[in-house]
Amino acid sequence: MSVATQDTAIRTGRVTRTLIYLVLVLFALFYMLPLYVMLVNSVKPLSEITGGGMMSLPEVWTIEPWLKAWSTAQIGVEPTGLRPYFWNSISMVVPAVAISTVLGALNGYVLTKWRFRYDTILFGLMLFACFIPFQIVLIPMAAVLGFLGLSGSTAGLVLVHVVYGIGFSTLYFRNYYAVFPTELVRAAQIDGAGFFQIFWRILLPSSGPIAVVCVIWQFTNIWNDFLFGASFASGDGAPMTVALNNLVQSSTGVKEYNVHFAGAILAALPTLLVYIVAGRYFVRGLMAGSVKG
Amino acid sequence: MKMFAKTSTIAFLLSGTFAFAEPSVEVMHFWTSGGEAAALGTVRDKVLEQGVAWEDAPVAGGGGDQAKTALQARIAAGDPPAAMLMLGQNIIDWANIGILGNVNDVAAAEGWDDVLPQAVKDFNKIDGNYVAAPTNVHRTDMIWASKAAFDKIGAEYPSTWEEFNALAPRFVEAGIIPIAHGGQAWQEAYMFEAIAIGVGGAEFYRKALVDLDVDALQSDTMKQVFDQMGQIRDMVDDNFAGRDWNLATAMVINGEAAMQIMGDWAKGEFTNAGKVAGEDFACIPVPKTDAGGFVYLVNSLSFFTQPQADQADAQAKLASAIMDPEVQVAFNQAKGAIPARTDLDLSAMDACAQATAADFAETDTAGTAVPTFAGTHAAVASVVGAATDVITEFFNTDMSSEDAIEQMAEAIELSQ
Amino acid sequence: MTAQVEADFKTRLQNWLPKLVLSPSLALIFVFVYGFIIFTVYVSFTDSRILPFVNSSGQTTYELIGFSNYGKLFSLSHWEISLTNMAVFAGLYISVCTLIGLTLAILLDQKIRGEGALRPLYLYPMALSFIVTGTAWKWFLDPGIGLENIMISWGWETFSFDWIKNRDFAIYTVVLAAVWQTSGFVMAMFLAGLRGIDNEILKAAQMDGASNWSLYRRIIIPQLRPAFLSAFVILAHLAIKTFDLVIAMTGGGPGRATELPATFMYSYTFSRNQMGIGASSAVIMLMTIAAIMIPYLYAELKEKK
Repeated sequence: MSVATQDTAIRTGRVTRTLIYLVLVLFALFYMLPLYVMLVNSVKPLSEITGGGMMSLPEVWTIEPWLKAWSTAQIGVEPTGLRPYFWNSISMVVPAVAISTVLGALNGYVLTKWRFRYDTILFGLMLFACFIPFQIVLIPMAAVLGFLGLSGSTAGLVLVHVVYGIGFSTLYFRNYYAVFPTELVRAAQIDGAGFFQIFWRILLPSSGPIAVVCVIWQFTNIWNDFLFGASFASGDGAPMTVALNNLVQSSTGVKEYNVHFAGAILAALPTLLVYIVAGRYFVRGLMAGSVKG
Repeated sequence: MKMFAKTSTIAFLLSGTFAFAEPSVEVMHFWTSGGEAAALGTVRDKVLEQGVAWEDAPVAGGGGDQAKTALQARIAAGDPPAAMLMLGQNIIDWANIGILGNVNDVAAAEGWDDVLPQAVKDFNKIDGNYVAAPTNVHRTDMIWASKAAFDKIGAEYPSTWEEFNALAPRFVEAGIIPIAHGGQAWQEAYMFEAIAIGVGGAEFYRKALVDLDVDALQSDTMKQVFDQMGQIRDMVDDNFAGRDWNLATAMVINGEAAMQIMGDWAKGEFTNAGKVAGEDFACIPVPKTDAGGFVYLVNSLSFFTQPQADQADAQAKLASAIMDPEVQVAFNQAKGAIPARTDLDLSAMDACAQATAADFAETDTAGTAVPTFAGTHAAVASVVGAATDVITEFFNTDMSSEDAIEQMAEAIELSQ
Repeated sequence: MTAQVEADFKTRLQNWLPKLVLSPSLALIFVFVYGFIIFTVYVSFTDSRILPFVNSSGQTTYELIGFSNYGKLFSLSHWEISLTNMAVFAGLYISVCTLIGLTLAILLDQKIRGEGALRPLYLYPMALSFIVTGTAWKWFLDPGIGLENIMISWGWETFSFDWIKNRDFAIYTVVLAAVWQTSGFVMAMFLAGLRGIDNEILKAAQMDGASNWSLYRRIIIPQLRPAFLSAFVILAHLAIKTFDLVIAMTGGGPGRATELPATFMYSYTFSRNQMGIGASSAVIMLMTIAAIMIPYLYAELKEKK
């Protein structure tokens, strides 16, 4: 156990501690409930689901819904399952996250260590851009993408997500670098180090935690995006969220809830994985500066 | 050696050119499930037979809403798909802007003018140009009834509204929900138009919902339409809000409910459940005060002008595939609708389809076949949206019929 | 080149480099955000229907029609409902998330065993897309097959929870699902803030006889002010953008009971082919956002100096 659990000055009695644990466990149940429902029902045959008993464990365990969601479920005219679209999402998310994180880091660096006139206003403008609802930009963005010849391509989607991710990544890095001791930068400058050298040698090595926060945030948002994916990517090139939507929004025939839930969890696996793997760095990263304002 | 090199180079270049120019059609649609996908698959198979590749671009959700948004984005980007599944006024809207191409050559060669009813032509042949090819026709003013439920109370299927209303308490007594309904705005809109033609007749329907005549919209007849809808409100179960339409159909299939007012795409649900028309369920038109009356909905794939010439050729092949007699029958067997062509042998289709087709032919000639309002054929999307707001509000609250007709007339005017 | 000139060049380059590095991002934002906002404002003053600048007869026209779109907008009861819903939703969502997040963070900070296991458990909902969340909660809250049904089958015959089908209460179910999704993230923010508080001050106050309760009230919570502000930014931005969740969970219904400005704007711009009105609703949304965010940003950034 390290920095994560500090010694607090607060002391609590036994009754209080029992209450505390109780409350925490209750909330844990609250958060787990929908996931439990989805998991449990994704391994049941359909007859058990329609027969009622959403919460009960399966009488017959089957992974068939998962297999179906992955490779044979009806997404369009052809029953392809979610698999082909998985790669589309990856090839869109990875570059987008990488580019927006790098840009955010550089921007944060500039805005805090290389002050110039009006830089705060510029930062404010960048921050305000985080709030624009995506429906508003849909049509003009489509026109611009068409003009650039990027309509319907993965590169176009990457551009879109980079543009709308810069605001957040800059916010995270800027707040982080703001509390970074400027003396180190000055000292390096005196030693003759240049702009990029200082960034590379001094700031970047200790940017781990905030980079993790930024990557998690961006990854989640971009992976889960539906609107841009549906509008700017066509058919085969569509990301997974579009395919999942096609699967789940089936408007005729029996609703195969078990397949839907298996599909939903499959679609969420990458983000869940990122959260679990990088999760403990998450709080550390938040702690390290973005929250200090 | 040199000769060999030369010929192989030429052969390589030629094959390269052919491969590069492989014709394909990108088809955007929202038929992503079960019967619908199978139906579209019949068109796809035919297209593949002709050597044209099929690029599927499905976007489900909102009954076509999401697909429409995706389409608008594509058009704004200057990159429309080759074909898009569209309904009614939308086709006219895009045609007016001039970005739809036409398949007049194919139409002329295959004699479409003669085999398509006027109703279908109204929405596929705009300003004399065939800008779309119809895959099927749906009927929206229908009741789907559970034979078991009717047998239980020993009743006949209703042919008048009085009979219809009298049945409700009898069902309730027997523990059966009279009407299975899914409380979503679009479902209430379809229910509304079915009642409108049932209570008011084709003439009234045209004046009020196609011409949007203010007097007709605020007439006594319209009040009667809302009154009837109010009566139906008392016949649905408490859990109807937000229910998906096919779950309501399931209630009829298993005898929990007696009837559902829904378009004939409901038939697919019965067929999938292994039910047989006449034995397990009945497909009857809604009661009609006037003789005749048929509310139709046409599904078509409309064609967007494409930059390359060979794309237009591929589109023509798609159009031809859609109108192919065999494809029309196979498509509609899978989808549960009736073919757009009138010159086909429908003996292979089920009883409901044959009855609907016969009705359509009759009413089309008699002039009592009217375009669907809820399906944006009779009026444009903004009008339908505004009217639906009032209709769904009426159904979900205790609004009076007088208020409803006033608000609806106002909303319709504001939205034009 | 002499060393002097070289040094001059280098310093000048160093002066320009930061701005150069910043400029691509600025350029992108100016074009793709502010440029588009200006575009939207322009469209809101034209009679745009199915496409920008295309009117109901299909002709392209750039003519300005004054405020008539705005007039129509405010005469629509639909719009009023979405604004009221937004106020209710945002108010509840932000305050409940903050409350839960703070409470859980404080509790978790008490040297809890198993904190390492609990934390990801609270955080994971954020990983799910709003569509998945909406669909799962829609199913869970459906009286026929969800919670109500389960309670009844467990023996609690009179239990009833049909909020999601109830016009007056449906919006609260959306709040519930939204809170479920993000309160864990807020907790993480507050936890990080708590961990950064200097223990010495607390120890000193305790020696002066302060109780736990006043320690929290007087020292800890005020020191969390930056965390409160950050949480507010994140939550407010999510509240405004809420669209997928509503569509997946209630579709805006029953009737129009859960309509929000984002769904309104989408429906009028795309489904109903009334882009002019959709654009005007977007402008109103942006103005509201600006009215709330600009004072906050000003306060936040002023401190930096």
